[in-house]
Amino acid sequence: MRANDGVDLAVEWGQVHALLGENGAGKSTLMNVVYGLVSPDSGEIDFDGNPVKIGGPQDAIRLGIGMVHQHFMLIPPLTVAENIVLGREIASAGVVNLDRSYRTVNDLSARYGLEVDPRQRVQDLSVGVQQRVEILKALYRGARLLILDEPTAVLTPQEIEGLFEIVRTLTAAGNAVIFITHKLAEVMEIADQITVMRRGQVVGVTTPAESKPADLARMMVGRPVLLRVEKQPAKPGSEVLRVDDLVVHDDRRQLAVDHVGLAVRAGEILGIAGVEGNGQNELVEAIVGLRPARSGKVLLEGKDITRRPTRDRLRRGVGLIPADRQRQGIILELPIADNLILSDYDRPPYERWLVRQFNTIRSAAERLVETFDIRIRSVDDPAGSLSGGNQQKLVVARELGTAPKVLVASQPTRGVDVGSIEFIHRRLVTERDAGLAVLLVSSELDEILSLADRVAVLYRGRIVAVLDAAEAEREHIGLLMAGAAA
Amino acid sequence: MTAFLQQLDPVSLVSIMLITATPLVLAALGGMMCERSGVVNIALEGIMLTGAFIGYFVAFLTQNLWLGLLAAIVSGMLIATLHAVLSVSFLVDQIVSGTVINILAVGVTGVFYRTYLETATTAGPGTLPHWNLPLLSSIPVLGPILFQNQLVTYAMLVLIFVVHFVLFNTVWGLRTRACGENPRAAETAGINVYFVRYVNVIASGALAGLGGAYFSLQQIGTFLPNMTGGRGFIALAAMIFGKWTPGGAFLASLLFTGSDQLGSRLQSVFQVHVPLQFLGMLPYVLTIVVVAGAMGRAIAPAAVGRPYKKT
Repeated sequence: MRANDGVDLAVEWGQVHALLGENGAGKSTLMNVVYGLVSPDSGEIDFDGNPVKIGGPQDAIRLGIGMVHQHFMLIPPLTVAENIVLGREIASAGVVNLDRSYRTVNDLSARYGLEVDPRQRVQDLSVGVQQRVEILKALYRGARLLILDEPTAVLTPQEIEGLFEIVRTLTAAGNAVIFITHKLAEVMEIADQITVMRRGQVVGVTTPAESKPADLARMMVGRPVLLRVEKQPAKPGSEVLRVDDLVVHDDRRQLAVDHVGLAVRAGEILGIAGVEGNGQNELVEAIVGLRPARSGKVLLEGKDITRRPTRDRLRRGVGLIPADRQRQGIILELPIADNLILSDYDRPPYERWLVRQFNTIRSAAERLVETFDIRIRSVDDPAGSLSGGNQQKLVVARELGTAPKVLVASQPTRGVDVGSIEFIHRRLVTERDAGLAVLLVSSELDEILSLADRVAVLYRGRIVAVLDAAEAEREHIGLLMAGAAA
Repeated sequence: MTAFLQQLDPVSLVSIMLITATPLVLAALGGMMCERSGVVNIALEGIMLTGAFIGYFVAFLTQNLWLGLLAAIVSGMLIATLHAVLSVSFLVDQIVSGTVINILAVGVTGVFYRTYLETATTAGPGTLPHWNLPLLSSIPVLGPILFQNQLVTYAMLVLIFVVHFVLFNTVWGLRTRACGENPRAAETAGINVYFVRYVNVIASGALAGLGGAYFSLQQIGTFLPNMTGGRGFIALAAMIFGKWTPGGAFLASLLFTGSDQLGSRLQSVFQVHVPLQFLGMLPYVLTIVVVAGAMGRAIAPAAVGRPYKKT
């Protein structure tokens, strides 16, 4: 497969160059080529006007190219300083000089205004601080061209502002920054130059002054896109899901959900906003029964289901779109058809007298594929052969196919192309209008604001506020997500 | 009370615990270097057995214990290289690769033993001499325990500190731990993950090979089929129980050999009427209990067991 096909890109010193494109457009692949992690089949790279050959990260580092990956390249049990100096250690005779490492990191962090404690272990840091460590790591190696791969995906709005400040400081000092993103608003705010990519090709080069968000979106997707979901005000009915005083622990037996109470009514979408890792996953898992509740109750239509097994909850009408599609949403190796009937495979009409009813399964699967516009060749292909967007539509089709009473949708459009996002969003609103109760958990504030009727903000396992989506202000929610008092 | 203490003889008890812990600690140190870099080394048992055999065989042929000792170490490194080639370069599952080596070691040493050694009439090379360190060995209590030993035991005591220093104070150790926790991150920091893993796996072979020499060259002065008797696996348990630290593994090894000694002494000193076989099971039972109970809390290097593939 060609992830990059005949791509040209020119970045100038002192500028922020945004690389805009959907997931899978080839942005990260292109940057991995520049950083030496992927070797190109053809083409050349010039740096400072000279042709260079980048055979590995070491070559890139030597030239002054630094990269902050979307998934941080940090070693959690090591300290900040150890992470920063790793590979270029401050040492004499092979023995690491920790004191000098700490001092160097302190100097560096003072010079660029990136505050960190060099002695802290990375595993104890928030995501925003971890990102600072990543940037310092690149600067310590003498990076003059910094590549930031989807740097805002895990940050609160305030942390994003902080990052933009850092980026501006760096470019003001003559460095160059390549900013990879799929978010239009960020591009408009931070970029000097914009290169738009689609399906491995550059489809446009422009500047924020010369373009409007809608134009960029069209270039990115290849057709006009509705940037906002159109919906009528909700007409909520009776209460379907209720969570009372719920306490849940995480894998390390630490408090993750701290006395949470919420209620979702039929015909409304309740959005849970929050920076990732504030108890969202544990809350969702406790509601569907994948994780035990330490105390508190989960009620479905007034019936206590707190101690019921997951299967029973699903049968009673709980649907789940899990956050990690590939690990929890589908079985990659199994055919699409089997994935589509995973909730009911052991019951008639899909099974009779312990024998699977292949014809029924096949026709049911084909019906769902049709309804949910899943692009496939055959329902017998493994689900893993589908693109991210189609995999996600498969999960949505299965969960809505069983006509649940409440749908718990966790990060329902993560890593999905714009077309599929549009489809899934519209579908959720349609189902809401038909009387489904939806609990939407998302770390994308835009998604929450455009879909939810009410917004609950989760911070450190507690619901710090519940707001009416129509009146909620973005900045206010951002502050709540960062833990500022309501 | 005094009579009782005399009968129990704590100084000799601790001394024997320390001596019998020698191969456990050495193999555990080896396993630690290996696993800290991200490679599981379940082959410790097979490497020790090979070291015991080759060490003895070379000592027997040359009638030189020191050459035998060297051969034990080198043979351990060679077998470990096989493990590295399979599991680091060819991405073979590390458990499978280790198991292959264990089975291979039992078979090959057994065949060679029967072919060349079982019927040999020449005298053996003997055992490594006891060295009483001047002055130190006459300190009461500590002297007999620490300073009246044979070479492999002294080496073990020194290597505990060496491995600790290497892992936690040197550039090499930092890089090793980085490769064991997040090899991709290590690579993006410009570290050659394959090289780090190779060297650590081979170092683990040297340590386990030396541990093997304990059996044939230090303890009894001959080779017997399967004479390591599962000590490589107990060493793995000691490494886990010791949380992948040299000091921890040392204490854990003493716990295992202590339970072993206790088993035999319970019978002779306290006249406990339990069949010897059950008392002999003690260290193995303890291994199961400790590993099952400690697994949850001891946190292994995050990337251990996963072959690393460059993109």
